[in-house]
Amino acid sequence: MDQILQLLEKDCRLTADQIAAQLGRKPAEVAAEIARYEKEGVILGYTALIDWDKTDREYVSAVIELKVSPSRDRGFDKIAERIYQYPEVQAVQLMSSSGYDLMLIIEGKTMKEVAYFVANKLATLDSVISTATHFVLKKYKDMGVIYGAKNTDERDQAYYGLQ
Amino acid sequence: MDYSKILSEKAQVLKPSGIRKFFDLLNEMTDVVALTVGQPDFVTPWHIREAGIESLEDGKTYYTSNSGLISMREEISKYLDRRFGLTYDPKTELVVTVGGSEAIDIAVRACLNPGDEVIIPQPSFVCYGPLVSMADGVPVYIETKEKDNFKLTAEELKAAISPKTKLLVLPFPNNPTGAVMNREDLEKIAEVLRGTDIMVLSDEIYAEMTYGEKKTNTASGHVSIASLPGMRERTIIVNGFSKAYAMTGWRMGYTAAPEPVTKQMLKLHQYGIMCAPTTSQYAAVEALKNGDPDIEEMTAEYDRRRRFIVDGLRALGIPTFEPEGAFYVFPNVGVFGLSSEEFCEKLLYDYGVAIVPGTAFGDCGEGFARISYAYSVKHITEALERMGKFVEDLKKGKYKE
Repeated sequence: MDQILQLLEKDCRLTADQIAAQLGRKPAEVAAEIARYEKEGVILGYTALIDWDKTDREYVSAVIELKVSPSRDRGFDKIAERIYQYPEVQAVQLMSSSGYDLMLIIEGKTMKEVAYFVANKLATLDSVISTATHFVLKKYKDMGVIYGAKNTDERDQAYYGLQ
Repeated sequence: MDYSKILSEKAQVLKPSGIRKFFDLLNEMTDVVALTVGQPDFVTPWHIREAGIESLEDGKTYYTSNSGLISMREEISKYLDRRFGLTYDPKTELVVTVGGSEAIDIAVRACLNPGDEVIIPQPSFVCYGPLVSMADGVPVYIETKEKDNFKLTAEELKAAISPKTKLLVLPFPNNPTGAVMNREDLEKIAEVLRGTDIMVLSDEIYAEMTYGEKKTNTASGHVSIASLPGMRERTIIVNGFSKAYAMTGWRMGYTAAPEPVTKQMLKLHQYGIMCAPTTSQYAAVEALKNGDPDIEEMTAEYDRRRRFIVDGLRALGIPTFEPEGAFYVFPNVGVFGLSSEEFCEKLLYDYGVAIVPGTAFGDCGEGFARISYAYSVKHITEALERMGKFVEDLKKGKYKE
């Protein structure tokens, strides 16, 4: 796997200079490679991982299981593309499950708002057969990052000669 | 009571580390970016921790055999072969110890008679000299030099050998310099020792942490002197799990040596320790069986940090020898005209960065400092920024009287 991508996936705020230093490469070369990844759509964006529970934002999210009937020529793509237009929809993935087809992540201010969205916008779509809504109560880990982890180094930093 | 008259004179004359005061202060200061520790910042990989936990759940809370679980010794034997091309008999040539430290202690005590000399290259880990003294041996120090990439040279070794020389300590990859000895370097040392009665204590605790272009035919990139012709019979290998698997707190190490040597070491281990902790042994077996990918992952991360910090220090104008092993850099901070301790003290008090004066690793460490990169890149970046301000002020003559 490309080391530049690995490093950026962990911390996208690393500069090309910092990445170059770590990999023993030239900064200009690394910058060019990142630009190429962006152009080719390998790198799609850079976002922050935010624990909204620690802010005053009213926020809930839910996982929605969607059973749908695929369209004749375009399979699941057509309905997926229809659904991802909604700004409330954070993620859409086609699953291998036997119980449902698409898994969505929906964000909203309140549980009620999310439930209304599912009932009024999603369930009413022609190809949607059924929905199941699961609200997220607490996030423990996301994108490989542990929420609320104590960020302390408990190693004894003093050096008395025996390490 | 006058304890000085009661207690062991040998113990009393051992010097405690001279920089205790400096680091006691560090513990009281806030807003310090420390690059001082000699242990990984990684947590022991989960599958290894889990194996320890499961052994407790299964009630495996007994002593093991003195030399360690036979399954553990068998796995060590396979590991030594797989990673370094070494062959050791699990039944007669391995002892599982409480960390590399105990391994060093029993190796030294098994070899020495009163007055025997032990050659110790410095700068190096601080335990060799005191352990030799407690075993009635005499430490003879050789200074490794920056111009030799901090390697031990055959000429210096020859000059240090006397009729009383019993043991050579070979601490590579080296703490604190990051120096390694490759096959050609070791061959020159071996040439001096073949045909003598001098034994080698090869401390290979950092063996899995070698970087740069691998010029060896071993899977790990590290060459053990025991793999050179005629050297196995005179070598005691000390290794352990602390650094390679991020298992410092488990206290797991071992010795690998010919049977007659192992026999003597095992007696000392039996009477002093009984056996290494059982829980730790079960965790270590899992590490040996399935931990190679963990080593690779952690070493790749250390390597990136190594390049990053060497690049950063050189950009500040601090001459920095390219370390090829362990997880330390040993920059030449003497160029600014301060002693190592002055440099480190001012850096700590006035700029909030803690690093270890080179003199902590022997007088010949004067002019240098040990910087650990067992820290995140973010942490290292903050430290480098603060050091940058210090260097700028030094260049402006801030600390010139």
